[in-house]
Amino acid sequence: MDQIIREKIKQVKKGDQSAFEDVVSFFQNKIYQHCFRMLGNAHEAEDMAQEAFIRAYVNIHSFDDNRKFSTWLYRIATNLTIDRIRKRKPDYFLDAEIKGTEGLDMYSQLASKERLPDEEVESIDLQRYIHQEISELPPKYRSIIMLRYLEEFSLQEISDILDIPLGTVKTRIHRGREALRKRLRHV
Amino acid sequence: MNCNNKSIELMHKYLDGDLSKGEETTLRMHLEECEACQKHFHELKRTITLIQSAEHISAPADFTSAVMKKLPTEKKSMKYTRWLKAHPVVTAAAIFFIFMMSGVFSMYNQNSELVVSKQENLIIQGDTVTVPEDVTVEGDLLVKNGKLIIKGTVDGNVTLINSKLIDEPIQSEGLMASVGEVNGELETVDQVFEWIWYKLKDLFEGVFAF
Repeated sequence: MDQIIREKIKQVKKGDQSAFEDVVSFFQNKIYQHCFRMLGNAHEAEDMAQEAFIRAYVNIHSFDDNRKFSTWLYRIATNLTIDRIRKRKPDYFLDAEIKGTEGLDMYSQLASKERLPDEEVESIDLQRYIHQEISELPPKYRSIIMLRYLEEFSLQEISDILDIPLGTVKTRIHRGREALRKRLRHV
Repeated sequence: MNCNNKSIELMHKYLDGDLSKGEETTLRMHLEECEACQKHFHELKRTITLIQSAEHISAPADFTSAVMKKLPTEKKSMKYTRWLKAHPVVTAAAIFFIFMMSGVFSMYNQNSELVVSKQENLIIQGDTVTVPEDVTVEGDLLVKNGKLIIKGTVDGNVTLINSKLIDEPIQSEGLMASVGEVNGELETVDQVFEWIWYKLKDLFEGVFAF
């Protein structure tokens, strides 16, 4: 498959727009899903996924043939979604400390939303529920957890996609796993 | 052993596939005797399974066509540029042809002023060259971008480039049989390609004359 994509990219670079159509249809589900999980709604996901492909096409000449195209494409998509999340308003960080207090953050201001496990499983489709829990992780953990366990990239590839050191990837994936463990243990 | 830090660290290393043999033994030994850690480890593994079972989302049906519609249409010049890059030989030929043609045209158009070969006894008025009556012009006569009136005699070939031979209206001298006389060939060149042909012929004649 990699070889086919490589050939298609070469054709796109030569100006064959129709070759790009095959590239889009091959990656569309993966990229759309990635954007959907990052953003949490279908409308924004479609916008950003389209934008990712368009940017890939426009900047195709800056793509190094020796690298993996999927890594490059995910990088564009991830950066776009993270930008989009940043631009959203209002922006509250739950773990930011409240001014004038000591050690008190926004979490303490939230009403307890402990759910009864039975109720949970019965009322909401489990898969939806898991998706929701993932989407509530801070973006920097969410992207890594998704890339690792849903899109099955290696840690090294994730480090390439996000352009952060391997050590940072590991720290974040540990924290992401722990956070999700706490959220999902009663399922 | 401090369960909450050391062994949890080892669990994550295990999940990332970074555990050495020794560390693996340490972790296994610890898990056998520590129930809290066993539970923690089990929860972590279960979490991963749960994440992986999250619902699969597909892109909308018309996603690809929507992207293709939004792609910038290529500029025509870009298309040509790329095509030329892909065909260097044709490009070289085209460039050569352009230079050649532009050279030819500039040479052809450059001299819009009257040019007459150097001969005595010719009368030049504006763009009209006249061979007066009772005069014999020696040698070949060339007129470029003008009009030629022959009343006398030309002792040689006459070549007209972008020029016209004007038969002077025979007025009162109706008795004369001919207005002028050319003792050689009369050649008229008007079209570009004829002109090129003339130039080439000239060149060959020049070459073979030696």
